[in-house]
Amino acid sequence: MVVKPLTGNYAAAWAAKLARVKVVAAFPITPQTTIVEKLAQFIESGEMDARMIRVESEHSALAAVYGAASGGVRAFTATASHGLMYMHEMLWWVAGARIPMVMAVAMRTMGPPWNIWTDHSDIMGQRDTGWLIMLAEHNQEVLDETIKMFKITEDERVYLPGIVGLDAFILSHTTEPVDLPDQEVVDTFLPGRKQPYSFRPGDPLIMGNIPRSLKENMKMREDIHRSQEAAKEVIGEVDKEWGELTGRSYGGLVECYRCSDAKHFIVGAGAWVGDMREAVDRLRAEHGFKAGLVKVRYVRPFPREEMVKWLANAKSVIVFDRSVSPGSAGPLFLDTVTHLTISGVRAPVKNVLAGLTGLDVTYGDIMDAFIASVSEVEEMGTFTKTIEWFYGR
Amino acid sequence: MSDGGHILPLARPTEGVSGKTGTWRVTKPIFNNEKCVKCMLCWLYCPENVIDINEGGGPYITINYDYCKGCGICVDVCPTDTLKLIPEGGEE
Amino acid sequence: MVINIKELPKEKYLLPGNAACPGCPESLGLKYLGMALGDKVILVVPAGCTSVIQGLAPGAGFKFPTLNVPFASSDSVASGLAAAKEILGEDAVVVAWAGDGGTADIGFATLSGAAERNDNIIHICVDNEAYMNTGIQRSSLTPYGAWTTTTWTGKRERKKDLALIMLAHRVPYVATASIAYPTDFIEKVRKAASIKGFKFIHLHAPCPVGWRFDPGKTVTVAKLAVETGMWILYEAVDGKVTISPFSRPYLDKSKRKPIREYLKLQDRFRNIRDEDIKKLEQMVDEAWETLLKFA
Repeated sequence: MVVKPLTGNYAAAWAAKLARVKVVAAFPITPQTTIVEKLAQFIESGEMDARMIRVESEHSALAAVYGAASGGVRAFTATASHGLMYMHEMLWWVAGARIPMVMAVAMRTMGPPWNIWTDHSDIMGQRDTGWLIMLAEHNQEVLDETIKMFKITEDERVYLPGIVGLDAFILSHTTEPVDLPDQEVVDTFLPGRKQPYSFRPGDPLIMGNIPRSLKENMKMREDIHRSQEAAKEVIGEVDKEWGELTGRSYGGLVECYRCSDAKHFIVGAGAWVGDMREAVDRLRAEHGFKAGLVKVRYVRPFPREEMVKWLANAKSVIVFDRSVSPGSAGPLFLDTVTHLTISGVRAPVKNVLAGLTGLDVTYGDIMDAFIASVSEVEEMGTFTKTIEWFYGR
Repeated sequence: MSDGGHILPLARPTEGVSGKTGTWRVTKPIFNNEKCVKCMLCWLYCPENVIDINEGGGPYITINYDYCKGCGICVDVCPTDTLKLIPEGGEE
Repeated sequence: MVINIKELPKEKYLLPGNAACPGCPESLGLKYLGMALGDKVILVVPAGCTSVIQGLAPGAGFKFPTLNVPFASSDSVASGLAAAKEILGEDAVVVAWAGDGGTADIGFATLSGAAERNDNIIHICVDNEAYMNTGIQRSSLTPYGAWTTTTWTGKRERKKDLALIMLAHRVPYVATASIAYPTDFIEKVRKAASIKGFKFIHLHAPCPVGWRFDPGKTVTVAKLAVETGMWILYEAVDGKVTISPFSRPYLDKSKRKPIREYLKLQDRFRNIRDEDIKKLEQMVDEAWETLLKFA
């Protein structure tokens, strides 16, 4: 094990290398470009035994790695923002075809206007595709979860592709010390590739032609949904195993920070969870709030059981979203409220929409939003606004 | 390679995948072995692969009427008068 | 090196009783592909008639391993698949089998990208000159003057010279073929399979439904396209063009049949005007002239 100062992008590249990915195809887009450049370097120097297909678009990028993955090898790509949208149709195809593979998304907002900074619009737009979707808090997690994602997606209970999201610039381009596990450790952890079927000359298997039975077709969709549910267990198992091998475990679907005696909860996903930790510590130490943080690591599958467990007796919940579904609310909030409500949890839940289009959000901002909102609940038992656009200091 | 018991969008080669496509016919090709010069063009150009060659004596070709769609290409390419197109259900 | 019909394999890769229209030229093309390469083929099929010809799952009218893929993705998927097969040491020929839409229009970027990278695949464009699968709408490969459901008074633009564009990509092998000349097509497919790199074959496939002719005339119409000089059979190895034997007689303009003979069999040209026919004749001359510059 070696500690290297790595940007989030380089961490993702290292993870693909350690996972012994055999085919990479990616099209550059800010802020993902250095993932591709690093992988190209690894491959051309001979350090990494893989092929790079220098595709002409993101749609072709996912198509090419899907082709390679269908053909039986581990494949990886990365993108962001408009690139992710350009390949959107292919995401549905890969998931529907049940081909495991991993993609890194350097989460970036959408234009117009052109904007390279972070928000979660791009990744949240993929929630319905059937891909597993995870958001990282820091670069170590980017590395660890990308490696783990190969194991999770190739588990036969899952057989779905997966995304690891890392915030644009905040993680993608920021250097942090990252423990690089030895290749032997990763080889022990990741067995040879598994997938439900492949294409070989002389074996006439046909994938994807029109089905005779729409009932069967609907059952395929249900199967994807059930596999997402089954993934919850796999994610926990893999997290535990990784913890035993490296000493780093993340709690699986969700990590709850200082939750055991918490009354008021912050819920968030992505890099700003780091700021939320800072906020929770200060809210407790400086303001006496019994604050807790639910770090949502996976938005798909959505961790209903964990959320219910931690929030069942909450006095209030504030869900921070870094993207919005205009005309409704933030996606993390929508999922949270839905699953809490159908599970009988009655805590007041508020949506704070912040940091969209890359507007910076500090721990101070988070504290301000928390204090203002929680004060309302303490006084009146309810929030005056359930959905609030927050611009900070 | 285990499929994990999932319901997958897969298929396998199937003759007659669209049923007895012979029922689509409006015209039907009929074969007269006496005039056949064994050029094999009908077999070559049949888009449905329903024409089989019999080298061992007897009628040189057989047409699988379960699936023949009656397009008439075999009749069109036949250099002699061996294959003829008649209305389906008509007198042979 | 002419293939004798009697030497052609009898094993069926296109199975009887599939969903194709009677007289379908794509079926013929697939049949010949099977004869050419047999068990070596893995097909990548984007949206088009061939997607539907397979019939309904869990059955399929093919004996090829087949990956159905989204419309704009065929060559990229094929490239990735070919890379995987090579890595795994499996002897496969990955063929992207796409129509005119999936090759020249929505699929153009993926085609050009794979060609420029010289990815080790064969792209066969099965060209029935319109978006037939969705009901005969015009494509960039629809000829000038042709009726389609989006060009009711005849297409105003000329047919995009796709093979020429692929020549300009300087890929190792470019060829044109026709379902009327199966031995020529099969030879070209086998030749392509023996070359490493990006190979392109443009297969002319007259469609009785979309071109409005008797389904029994598919082969006759395809032959006339060649005999009038409107479809030129050739191959280009490393950019050097050789006119194929079946098209060689038509180097001599006087040997070409009048294009009216070809047009009159197809109701899609029923209302074509004399001045348009003149334009088409000019286009034929231009096509030969341009092509011969590469010979």
